[in-house]
Amino acid sequence: MTAPTGNRDGTPLLEAHDVQRRYEAGESTVHALRGVSVAIRRGEFVAIVGASGSGKSTLLHLLGAVDAPDAGRVIFEGRDISRLSDAEATRLRLLRVGLVFQRFYLMPTLSALENVMLPMAEAGLAPAARRARAEELLRYVGLGERTGHRPTQLSGGEQQRVAVARALANEPALLLADEPTGELDAATGAALIALLQRLNADGLTCVLVTHDAALAQSAQRVITMKDGRIVQDTGASPS
Amino acid sequence: MRTTLAWAALRRHPMRTLLAIFGLAIAAALLIDMVMLATGMRASFRSLLTSQGYQLRVTPKGTLPFDTEASVGGASALVASLRTHPDIDRVSPSLGTTVQVSIGDRATSAFALGTTAAVQGEYLLQGGREAAVDTVLREVVVNAAFLERLGATLGDTLDVGTERSAQLRQAGRRAQVVLVGVVRFLYVPPGLPAMAAPLPALQQFLGAAGRDRISLAMASVRVDGRDAEAQLARIEAVRQWIETEHPRVTAISTETAIVQVEERLAYFRQLAFILGALSLVIGVLLVTTLVSLSVNERLGELAVLRAIGVPQAGVLQQIMLEGLMLGLAGITLGLGLGLVTARWLNTILRDFPGLPADLDFFVWSPEAAWKALGMLLIASTVAGAIPAWRAARVRVAQALREEAVA
Ligand SMILES: Nc1ncnc2c1ncn2[C@@H]1O[C@H](COP(=O)(O)OP(=O)(O)OP(=O)(O)O)[C@@H](O)[C@H]1O
Ligand SMILES: [Mg+2]
Repeated sequence: MTAPTGNRDGTPLLEAHDVQRRYEAGESTVHALRGVSVAIRRGEFVAIVGASGSGKSTLLHLLGAVDAPDAGRVIFEGRDISRLSDAEATRLRLLRVGLVFQRFYLMPTLSALENVMLPMAEAGLAPAARRARAEELLRYVGLGERTGHRPTQLSGGEQQRVAVARALANEPALLLADEPTGELDAATGAALIALLQRLNADGLTCVLVTHDAALAQSAQRVITMKDGRIVQDTGASPS
Repeated sequence: MRTTLAWAALRRHPMRTLLAIFGLAIAAALLIDMVMLATGMRASFRSLLTSQGYQLRVTPKGTLPFDTEASVGGASALVASLRTHPDIDRVSPSLGTTVQVSIGDRATSAFALGTTAAVQGEYLLQGGREAAVDTVLREVVVNAAFLERLGATLGDTLDVGTERSAQLRQAGRRAQVVLVGVVRFLYVPPGLPAMAAPLPALQQFLGAAGRDRISLAMASVRVDGRDAEAQLARIEAVRQWIETEHPRVTAISTETAIVQVEERLAYFRQLAFILGALSLVIGVLLVTTLVSLSVNERLGELAVLRAIGVPQAGVLQQIMLEGLMLGLAGITLGLGLGLVTARWLNTILRDFPGLPADLDFFVWSPEAAWKALGMLLIASTVAGAIPAWRAARVRVAQALREEAVA
């Protein structure tokens, strides 16, 4: 192996068609997404940037079936994922989408290895296979020696790499990361960016939300959002 | 994995978890004790009354066995008549009285029982031998309290005397007896010095007060393959026959005695029931509180679990497992605690003056205990289910966002 799969053939892996998402906050309605359309091809490395509150996280959640749009459709691997039941969406996230968050969000009571094994256990992988793959993934992210450590025994950068390894556990087709370098210092952030680029080079489609200029620069394609709309897209297909 | 996570969640706050387990253990112990008390006295009383196979007790009209010094005359005729009934297969007559005993400069009053060693259902021989069948008071068997009070041992010779009776214008009578056996009386309080001798010997010793008199006759009704219901009906028929045939006596069946005891114990049982129910409620509250706390501080974590693909059922299971584990740990500990306290309380209550030695208040009846503990386990699991349900229903995107803001 080593990590990811997916082939770079230019067909869209993921498409959003005029998705909208509103939040009712008391009397007022917040339009977090006011109709966003975007297509992401297999093997792309996409950065979503924009001011705070512009709707980046909301879009990422819709793309990853964490949340559902109020209107519009999200097509992932040819399947409409905008109207899934909770169970279907959960299964999809488990098997096809890897999620990485700003704050790492590892299970504090589990070791690095157990954190990585957790999604595989959910997917029903045999214990021996889980362990072998989790060890391999931790080696891939450079933590082969730290498998038994708890999150609290790891630095922020190391925790985030464990989170990346966990996201890769079930060989997803798509990696979604919401400000993965947000809590890391410059050097650690750079190392993480390098890791994500290596994953992308190995064929994994990556979509990141970031405020980090360095991370945005390293992306082939940058989508800029403002007030719930895409205002610039450096790699939109000419369709 | 879920077990690991549930276990890890409990271990994260060891002190809190331990306290909850202790709380649950105390609730479980209370529940067990209450169940043992509620079912125990009745079971123990029944087994005490039926241990020697006698289901009927015949006493002077209107008295309970050895309740008073009352006795009935014409004993041999009464016993002979009882023995003629086809359903009665054994009769054990006995006479109880109070005597003064002394050895050297030690003296005490003691309960003296005249009975027939071969058929008696009053005591169990524990050392030495039975007193030889005799019509003169020469040999006696005694209980441990008797030996202790007089500092006597097997083989000693003692003085036995009756009290002077003003009414009967009778001088006290005396005899010298040899102590040949040590026994445990079933219905005599353990602290009370007591002795037993052959019935004719004691009757003879008491003179006019004992001549052909008995205070109790126990009768055993034939048991055959019939069902319990029919058996009870037969005992009742015999009981009625005795009372019509012999108007001077009262016949009490084990069943009526148990019913009477139960009536007196109803208050106890009710109290036990209320305390038991209360301990269940406490157990539920404890688990709900602890699991709710634990869920609240981990909502973000649980949302992450949901985000990376753990289904609602998975979260539900994991949290309920926490409740179940708490329940199991608390109940296991509580079982031990309950048994120890039950034993301790039992010895205290058994020392209560005036109660037969063999009456237990707390009796381990597995079925009732397991039922109660099962209920507590189910209750603690269900108690965990409420916060677990809330955890499983967490709105993933929302919770992730709140976590990021926090
Ligand atoms: N649950 C919610 N209830 C009300 N408003 C919400 C909710 N979630 C998001 N919003 C609003 O939707 C808008 C978009 O939020 P979103 O989190 O997508 O922004 P973002 O671009 O990720 O911002 P940031 O860079 O600060 O993370 C914001 O105005 C936010 O306040
Ligand atoms: Mg955001």
